[in-house]
Amino acid sequence: MLSRLLNPWTDHRAERTLGAVSLLVCLCVLFMIAFVAVRAWPTFEHNGLSWLGPGGSLKVQFETMLNAPTHTPASAYHLRAWPIIYGTLLITSLAVLLALPLAVLCAIFIVELAPVRLRRTMIRVVRLLASVPSVIWGLLGILVLVPFVGNHLITSSERTSLEGTAQLTGEGLAVAVVLLTLMISPIMIALICDALGAVPGAWREGAAALGVNRLRAIRAVTLRAVRPAIVAATVLATARALGEAIMISMVSGSNFFAPRPSDGVAFLFEPMRTLASTIVDFREGLGGAPALNSTLYACALLLLFSVCVLSVAAYLVKLPLRKYQARG
Amino acid sequence: MHTWRWSDRFVWAAAWGAGISLCVIAAAILLYMGYRGIQYLRPELIFSRPQASIDQAGSGGFLDPLLGTMLLTVIGIAIAAPLAICCALWIVEYGRPRWLTRVVESSIEIVAGTPDILIAVFGLAVFQLHFLAFASSTTNGLATGTSFLTAGAMMSLIALPPLFIATRDGLLGVPAHMREAAFALGKTRIATIRRVLLPSVRSNVATGVTLGVSRIIADTAIVIVMLGDALRITPEGGVPGLNVLRGAGSSLTSYIYDNSPAGEGLAPQKAYAAAVLLLLFVLVLNLAVERFSRGSLARTGAITAVEGIV
Repeated sequence: MLSRLLNPWTDHRAERTLGAVSLLVCLCVLFMIAFVAVRAWPTFEHNGLSWLGPGGSLKVQFETMLNAPTHTPASAYHLRAWPIIYGTLLITSLAVLLALPLAVLCAIFIVELAPVRLRRTMIRVVRLLASVPSVIWGLLGILVLVPFVGNHLITSSERTSLEGTAQLTGEGLAVAVVLLTLMISPIMIALICDALGAVPGAWREGAAALGVNRLRAIRAVTLRAVRPAIVAATVLATARALGEAIMISMVSGSNFFAPRPSDGVAFLFEPMRTLASTIVDFREGLGGAPALNSTLYACALLLLFSVCVLSVAAYLVKLPLRKYQARG
Repeated sequence: MHTWRWSDRFVWAAAWGAGISLCVIAAAILLYMGYRGIQYLRPELIFSRPQASIDQAGSGGFLDPLLGTMLLTVIGIAIAAPLAICCALWIVEYGRPRWLTRVVESSIEIVAGTPDILIAVFGLAVFQLHFLAFASSTTNGLATGTSFLTAGAMMSLIALPPLFIATRDGLLGVPAHMREAAFALGKTRIATIRRVLLPSVRSNVATGVTLGVSRIIADTAIVIVMLGDALRITPEGGVPGLNVLRGAGSSLTSYIYDNSPAGEGLAPQKAYAAAVLLLLFVLVLNLAVERFSRGSLARTGAITAVEGIV
């Protein structure tokens, strides 16, 4: 007993304690997933998988849920969330498609082309852009980009063509996609840069010895070697983009409107909502009306599910990379 | 270059263009925010408390949000740092059973990928449960789940992954002969950890803490969901100290959100001023990370390691 007090940290006990703490963290995470799933259950119970499908006006459905009496009737749970799922998919895929070439080109520039001094500056720039808070992106969007788009880019004919369905103020798809692209590309650049840096120098030298010019070597050898890293970076950036809530809720117009590609250029300026921004917009309803509460948790669960699927995909993509001893 | 094909020249030009435009965008953001800062950021704003007011001249400063940010950071790091370091030590130094370490590692990876809004709604509901109600403020006797303590606890979840990864990579980077030397001198594993390993990964832990802090001060979703919409820090209950922790308040990020056109208060000048201050913090933290990780950066040259990206 005395020796226990004098020397409290025997190896065995330390291992037990550290292991217990690690397990606690692990259990917290599992508890989080289970808890959100339980909270989301009622809405899926009432709607089934057609929750994900289209049908009816989301605005009306949300209002019914908000104003439902204390003993919520089953009809109040009715929800077809396709417009916000479509919004999420649209905004994420556009941002990733824009960010991908930008990130690959920037990474090539940083690792292969830039002079040493410029390279150091660029790395700082990437780090800075990666750490700008999303609320600052949102603020710049809503105070700088939105008025610019609203005053200069949207023509009056576009405004009148959508009269009665949606108001074009400048808040909408275009601004959100531009900002989201800027937010996710630093992550991709960093990941691709690290992979490019890990490509053995001998490969480049081999290409040069065969008489290939520098850019051909980059395209034929280096880029091909880091393909898995590019896919992994894209997947991670997609996960970031899916979960972005604050910035999108600030600049996307917060409207249950699903942008229609058939509207031509006006499509770019149409307001929308995503899964994450819906939660932010209706945060006052959390803990209130059960139907709305459950719907918001269902949005969160759907996000968590897609993020988990994406990270498993990233892991699988990284596997062949490990085989070639390149890091990423 | 004059022998290059057109497609090669095009890619070359596009790469230069992309790189330069990224620099230009970053410079534009910094210059614009700097200009707004000179225009609106005044020392008295930092030292005066916010007030409810219709126009921007009378709405006071952001002392309370600033203190709120600090409080959240302290709570978040105080919870996350011991957990992250314990996890990293257990996984790297003990690592038995192997499958369990895999499970713990991937659960931390899940947290790293989880959107902050999800952590926020989870935290709000969890702290409304009866046995956790002591930590949150109440309305009509019912726990709301909002308070500095609950928001800080959820903040620890977003600070955990970068802290864990920085510590783990530091431990993995310690050469095996240092451990072997300690064992040869008759030290136990835990003594080796305390006397040899922890001191040698100090800079990695510092990097991790800095990354965690920059995650926490940049986070908005958790604050606006879990801290209520109070302008000032409003204590709850009678116990001094605990009453602030159980009370509602705001942080710099939620102050920016509320004062922007997206929130209720239309005070763009105040929002800009607070945003400039926040950006300054972020810049300082970036420099700190660069300083702490200078040694390891020279070794590996990895950008992701410094950014805390999984």
